Amino acid sequence: MTRRPFILRNPSILIFLALLAIFTAAVTLMSEAFGTAMISTSFVKTLGKTLCLCLVALAMDLVWGYCGILSLGHFAFFGLGGYMIGMWLMYARTEIIVTESLANAAIPPTDQEIVDAIGTQIFGVVGSSDFPPIWAFAHSLPLQLLMVVLVPGLLALVFGWLAFRSRVTGVYLSILTQAMTLALSLYLFQNESGLRGNNGLSGLQNLPGVAASQAVVSVWFLWASALALGLGYLLCAWVVSGKFGSVVRGIRDDEARVRFLGYSVEGYKLFIFTLTAIIAGIAGALYYPQAGIINPGEVAPIASIYLAVWVAIGGRGRLYGAVIGAALVSLISTWFTGGLVPSVPLGFYTIDWVDWWLVLLGLSFVLVTLFAPKGIGGLFDLVSGRFAPDRHGADYGPDKGSLQEEEGRG
Amino acid sequence: MFLRLIAAAALSLLAAGPGSAQDADAPIQQLLQQHSGIIQDSSRRTIQPAIDAIRDSGLPRAQLVLEKWAAREMWLDEETGLFVHAEEIDRDTLRIFDFATGEEIGEVPDDTYDQLKPNSGIRGLINSALVRFQLSDPDPANRLSALQSLERNGNESHLSVLRDSIDGEPDPAIRARKERIERLLTISFGATADERIAAMEAFRGDLGVDVRAKLNPILTTRTSAGAALPEGVNLARELTPGTDITESEAYELLVSEGLAPARLTPDAQRRTLQDNIVGGMVGGVAVPDLRSPAARDRAYAALVGAGRAEPAATNAEAARAIEDHVFYETYVETDAAVTGAAEDVLTSIEMTVAMNQFLDLSLDALSLASIYFLAAIGLAITFGVMGVINMAHGEFIMMGAYTGYVIQQIIPNYTVSILVAIPVAFAVTFGAGVAMERLVIRWLYSRPLETLLATFGISIALQQIAKNVFGTQARPLTSPGWLDGAWIMNDVVSISYIRIAIFVLALVFLAVFLFIMKKTRLGLETRAVTQNPRMAASMGINPDRVNMLTFGLGSGIAGIAGVAIGLYAKVTSELGSDYIVQSFMTVVVGGVGNIWGTLLGATMIGFLQKGIEWLNPSNTLAAQTYMIVFIIIFIQFRPRGIIALRGRAAGD
Amino acid sequence: MSTLLEVSGVSVTFDGYKAIRNLSFRIGEAEMRAIIGPNGAGKTTFMDIVTGKTRPDEGRVIWGEKSVNLLRMNEARIAQEGIGRKFQRPTVFEDQTVHANLLMSLRNPRGSFPCLFYRPNRRDQVRVEELAEEIGLSGELHRKSGELSHGQKQWLEIGMLLAQEPRLLLVDEPAAGMTLAEREHTTDLLKEAAKTRAVVVVEHDMEFVRRLECKVTVLHEGSVLAEGSLDHVTSNPQVIEVYLGR
Repeated sequence: MTRRPFILRNPSILIFLALLAIFTAAVTLMSEAFGTAMISTSFVKTLGKTLCLCLVALAMDLVWGYCGILSLGHFAFFGLGGYMIGMWLMYARTEIIVTESLANAAIPPTDQEIVDAIGTQIFGVVGSSDFPPIWAFAHSLPLQLLMVVLVPGLLALVFGWLAFRSRVTGVYLSILTQAMTLALSLYLFQNESGLRGNNGLSGLQNLPGVAASQAVVSVWFLWASALALGLGYLLCAWVVSGKFGSVVRGIRDDEARVRFLGYSVEGYKLFIFTLTAIIAGIAGALYYPQAGIINPGEVAPIASIYLAVWVAIGGRGRLYGAVIGAALVSLISTWFTGGLVPSVPLGFYTIDWVDWWLVLLGLSFVLVTLFAPKGIGGLFDLVSGRFAPDRHGADYGPDKGSLQEEEGRG
Repeated sequence: MFLRLIAAAALSLLAAGPGSAQDADAPIQQLLQQHSGIIQDSSRRTIQPAIDAIRDSGLPRAQLVLEKWAAREMWLDEETGLFVHAEEIDRDTLRIFDFATGEEIGEVPDDTYDQLKPNSGIRGLINSALVRFQLSDPDPANRLSALQSLERNGNESHLSVLRDSIDGEPDPAIRARKERIERLLTISFGATADERIAAMEAFRGDLGVDVRAKLNPILTTRTSAGAALPEGVNLARELTPGTDITESEAYELLVSEGLAPARLTPDAQRRTLQDNIVGGMVGGVAVPDLRSPAARDRAYAALVGAGRAEPAATNAEAARAIEDHVFYETYVETDAAVTGAAEDVLTSIEMTVAMNQFLDLSLDALSLASIYFLAAIGLAITFGVMGVINMAHGEFIMMGAYTGYVIQQIIPNYTVSILVAIPVAFAVTFGAGVAMERLVIRWLYSRPLETLLATFGISIALQQIAKNVFGTQARPLTSPGWLDGAWIMNDVVSISYIRIAIFVLALVFLAVFLFIMKKTRLGLETRAVTQNPRMAASMGINPDRVNMLTFGLGSGIAGIAGVAIGLYAKVTSELGSDYIVQSFMTVVVGGVGNIWGTLLGATMIGFLQKGIEWLNPSNTLAAQTYMIVFIIIFIQFRPRGIIALRGRAAGD
Repeated sequence: MSTLLEVSGVSVTFDGYKAIRNLSFRIGEAEMRAIIGPNGAGKTTFMDIVTGKTRPDEGRVIWGEKSVNLLRMNEARIAQEGIGRKFQRPTVFEDQTVHANLLMSLRNPRGSFPCLFYRPNRRDQVRVEELAEEIGLSGELHRKSGELSHGQKQWLEIGMLLAQEPRLLLVDEPAAGMTLAEREHTTDLLKEAAKTRAVVVVEHDMEFVRRLECKVTVLHEGSVLAEGSLDHVTSNPQVIEVYLGR
């Protein structure tokens, strides 16, 4: 039995990458900076941000759809990644402004004076001017980029080790991750956290030392986001193929059985949890420079639940499902909340979609859960004629959530 | 001489006008006349003898005079020089009274009358003089108000007056209060140190804020520096630079006492350098080189050498100066025996205060625990008994609170509206819960994670609907008047009635829940379905019905909890989501499937949160953060909660 | 015959109910043993203890020549030591192919990184095909295991156990719900396996036990009531009293 290359065994990867490339090229050609200006710069940013959301949805699918851990904390990792890159962006930009303003002083400033002035600029809003220790690496892009990976990764590693070691599973684990997210956002809300409390980090859309206009920068970020999404897709697809993928899906379907096969379930879960946290952190680091601002509200538990909603609507347990769900729901959400959808006059009451969109989303989500547990991705099965095996016994697998039989429960 | 002249003039004018009816020879009028000059001068520096004379005269009218004077109702008849008290009838007319008899003399134009306008300083002096009269006033209310003013700003002069009035005090409660204030005043103004110390000792362990307010000023200290510890002062303690006082604070102290030259701040150095730029050079250093601190120091030293800058202490000099001096705190109070006793008594008081604070904190924690218990009990039923996780539970709480609000709009009487709101809130959320169970949850019983997500969808929809209907601003849910106020045990321990009511409500819920589960058919059926649904079904129990009712019950209790929480917090569409994570924590920490576990979980989380808040009182956000971290760690050791079911039934 | 597994003086209590009381049991290498007993006799709990799923309140579980204490290990470590377990109802990974199920079970490094970079080599492919042959699923290798019949799933699970190459096989009611022909195949599989390793079979069905032709241990209320050949134990009056007599 000969083995074909990994990509050829999974044609969906090739299709996805091709579509992504076409999409990126098309947006570039329609952008203000490199093309016909059919698409406004702010919409290019929206599309770029959507790609980042697709990437974090991919991570969510890996951890939930494949490994069965309904994490309500991955948007926290996303936010942490954003904070880490935001620290450098804010520091470097303020440094340029401060250096310029001090250049006209009678006496050239010392390094310490520059740092002090940056501190006053950044922390003035929270009534402080000293740099907290967590900003120790903010002056250096490479170090702070390392932080983008390390901080979410380490948090996931420590939290995951604690949680998996004590065999917390199912809804317990979901609640625990939600608690972690809440703790993190409450922590960031404090002025003492050293990350400007509820002001968050702002002005992130300005790349320090780059003279190019926002129109150009937005396309750069679109490219970077598309590249990250493409690489992330490849990585995730590679991880879930082969024996590792078998074990991970086995953990989702029947954790105890995997354990009795001699696999250390905790190690595998920890690996997936940490890996996806890192992917989420990278996605966040690409997202927030396009959004321009990050504040603790972004890290709140509700955001992570929305992430789960996207993946569920798109279809769990298939990578393209997560991407479709995230792109579709977030774009429709932008459309509705942007006030672009005409109101519906009912005579006695007018439905203004800015107010009623969340109601619609909530209810349609309930409907998807009830009637289309496979999500939008399930439509592809109809086309390709792929059906779930007829299971005579109990229901197993991603489509039925985490149901486990009485016997062999962890 | 002057006085006599006025008296003579007064006598000569006796016959004229309505003033003629006045008795110029009455002793009180005589007394006033004696001090007429300084009274008219109305200067705080000289007025004291006049006030003292009136106060000590023993005349029956002395109190009236002082009161009228302080109230700016004493007037001087310019023609006769006699004092009267008067009411202004209108802008030009006065009704005047004789001090001596209190009788009305008549209505006169105010042209010839001059109002005495004592300033606030003088009024203060008059009022203190009046205290003597008020302290023995026949009306207890007046005596109490006098005591109140003494508590606030009693001074040395009041002490003897107060002591004199104690023996004659008929009312035992007022007498006790007088004695307490007498001791308090003795602490500050007692004549001898022994007297003051005895007064302090009497307060050992007393919780009153007033006692601490008297003792603390005695222990006020002043920080100073010198070459050696001074003799003959009441030394509090010596300060070691670096531990008791930072090096820079110590040096600033030296500078402020003129014992050392000021250190050069980077700012001052920069300004000096800037002022001395000559042709692109400062002190022989080129301006662009001043980027480095070392070059700046060099340039500054050169400027000092050239006499164009003040020499400033270097770090080494500053360190030596600090080493060469001692730093100490002295008590403002000079008597060491007094400060020693004050410290001793204060320590004993603080011990008692700490114990009472602990009690107070425990009460707070208990009330927080009952709130968490109320919020979580419904969740414990649906999550624990049925294995269904209901993310919309918080929204049911919110729904109950809004029901209470709507009912208050219809029924204005707060007591009645709350009594109506509780069953209505139960009915509304019971209905919502049953509807949700029928429409959504029963299709998802075997898929717990999807239940979580579906109920979350309902949760965002409900929250947004509430926002659209009631708006984003907080709606008040007002508690009835009899729940206002607090039960005050002493100056430290108190708890508001509303918290007591919530605590009682939590106990009632516990009892009701236990009753339903242990004594009713529904409880029996619920337990049967929980343990083995198939067996229960084959024995004629309809699991669908049981699940529906159980879910309705859990949701209904959430509604009542919503009314209770609404009384205590603001009603917003986010009310529920504020409590949902804590509620989950309560259930998870307590252990699923056991009401006692929920109770223990709520107690633990309530006490933990208050305990952490006490350690870090400025920051409730941090307290919540630490609490959640603690819970995550706690789950490590008891993954199934405090009360864990064991064995195969628990799926363990 | 050297002892492979020795369980001595083990007791377990669930919420006041003594599921296992002072149970002692030993099995040698390459031995087949059947465990029978009425419901609630503690058969499944006994397996739970040996595989590390349940921690006993007291007692010792000693394994192998080096006398390792199994109570200190978690399930995965115990499985790696060479104890395989088959559950009462077939538990295979229904969403995955028979091939993937078997490949996952093959004796290979179990860590996450070796697993991530694992590429099936020729030896493993051959081994999977051999196993499929043995359990009669050669034709089904690339079907999803969820599509198999009940009996085929039972065999697949036995195949997965064999792929682990364990030294001790714990099999819980393998014949439940099988047709007569399927039972015979199952008996053959187990007998074949017992030639090279220890096999413990928990079973209700006397006919099936008789066909295994092995020593029988009777459990009752959490402890051993009788031990010996099937004929020996079935003639034991106590056994008849608690189990067979009714």
